[in-house]
Amino acid sequence: MKKRVVITGLGIVAPNGVGLETFTNAIKNGVSGIKFDAELERLKFSCQISGTPKISEELKREYFTELELRNFNSTGILYGVIAGIDAWKDAGLTIENNENPDWESGTIFGTGTSGIEKFRESIYKIDDFQTRRLGSTAVAQTMNSGISAYLGGKLGLGNQVTTNSSACTTGTESILLGFERIQQGKAKRMLVGSTSDSGPYIWGGFDAIKVCTFKHNEKPEKGSRPMSATASGFVPGSGAGALVIEDLETALARGARIYAEILGGNINSGGQRGEGTMTAPNSIAVQKCITDALKDANVNPNEIDAINGHLTATSKDSLEIQNWSQALGRKGTDFPFINSLKSMVGHCLSGAGSVESVATVLQIYKSFIFPNINCEDLNDEIKTLISEDKIPKQLLHKELNIVAKASFGFGDVNGCVIFKKYKD
Amino acid sequence: MNKQEIIERLKPIVKPFVKDEEAFNGINEKTHFITDLNINSANLVDIVLDVEEAFDIEIDNESMEKMLDLENTIAIIQTKLAEK
Repeated sequence: MKKRVVITGLGIVAPNGVGLETFTNAIKNGVSGIKFDAELERLKFSCQISGTPKISEELKREYFTELELRNFNSTGILYGVIAGIDAWKDAGLTIENNENPDWESGTIFGTGTSGIEKFRESIYKIDDFQTRRLGSTAVAQTMNSGISAYLGGKLGLGNQVTTNSSACTTGTESILLGFERIQQGKAKRMLVGSTSDSGPYIWGGFDAIKVCTFKHNEKPEKGSRPMSATASGFVPGSGAGALVIEDLETALARGARIYAEILGGNINSGGQRGEGTMTAPNSIAVQKCITDALKDANVNPNEIDAINGHLTATSKDSLEIQNWSQALGRKGTDFPFINSLKSMVGHCLSGAGSVESVATVLQIYKSFIFPNINCEDLNDEIKTLISEDKIPKQLLHKELNIVAKASFGFGDVNGCVIFKKYKD
Repeated sequence: MNKQEIIERLKPIVKPFVKDEEAFNGINEKTHFITDLNINSANLVDIVLDVEEAFDIEIDNESMEKMLDLENTIAIIQTKLAEK
């Protein structure tokens, strides 16, 4: 018998809000976290706007010791630790300093790169024959599993402590990997989520292949335009989302507040076959991922109340809608509500799946659908597929029972998770 | 530079890495970085780098291996200063 898995804690570090309360208010009110980025301008990027979370020095010191902050230069670890610790505390869990670790709790916390700024700093030193001056934390900050290692140590986790990496699917994948581990009874509790570094060294490659918009440098908050006729590429973003997920029995036994249940999901790849490539999705695989997720969750396509899409604001948005429509066998007015958090935060890359999942779970728990901003001029192809009122541009207060969240990433990888409102 | 002067200059360098405040207050020539001050061994390289900077000396790998207590550290600093 598979264990049921529920979400009991959330943590968020997003460009439009750090902390659950600020973030909830921001997404309900359609607040954009996209700002002009002077560093990208200085470095002559085509896209000079970004979504970068704001973290004050005071806030940093609530999560890191002075010693840890010595020579610390990893935004991804910074965001991930804040989101992860917040989720842990939000779940009503305490940080114990016992002799033994907590064998029943682990973390799968994903990222695309770790400490890319620290890496840059180290490379300059090495090339300057100063390897011996790298300091004691160059490895911990730049190893990909740095984020799970920092979290594991701070929380004393004794179950699996690892980092997954699958481009923009990373965050959604981490949730499903932790879900499966609990479902199989290998852990009672997992801290799942993902993070992404911010700054030019993580975003440069995307700017080079012209997938980021360069048309909105003067109007940053209008720049991220998923599903819009004037979408012209994504806005680079960063941040971290974290979820504490638990075996239902364990959560009930300790009287935990339950945000939602994870019914199931699917992770697959298009294998870069058919229309799939390193950078383009294989639609057959995308649709199969969605239908297999529904099967895994034992949910009928008609039961889906809302979708939180990947929807990055590139020319592929209409293809994604078409894939959802075909996979669910629903179109026009019969299509579920759909929204994209990227309109407010940009594309948080490896952080995207978890940041967006936190938003999705908040919608279920607090019964609302956050508005899509910047799509007042809806893409024509999308209009032919689904009814315009399924893409809310204003906040909707609505009870949601089942919501699907998907992420798609470079390497032709897909992830889809099915969340459900928890009822006793 | 005499031993006491060196100890005084080492104190602010070592302080950020010390987990045991009480042991730090009793710091003396015989103090061991790891067993007495409970400093994480990985941080010893940070201390060496800070010592190099503070005294404007360069500490070779062999000397570095011996810098586990105040006594040896002081001796190494004095030797390196004398070589300058």
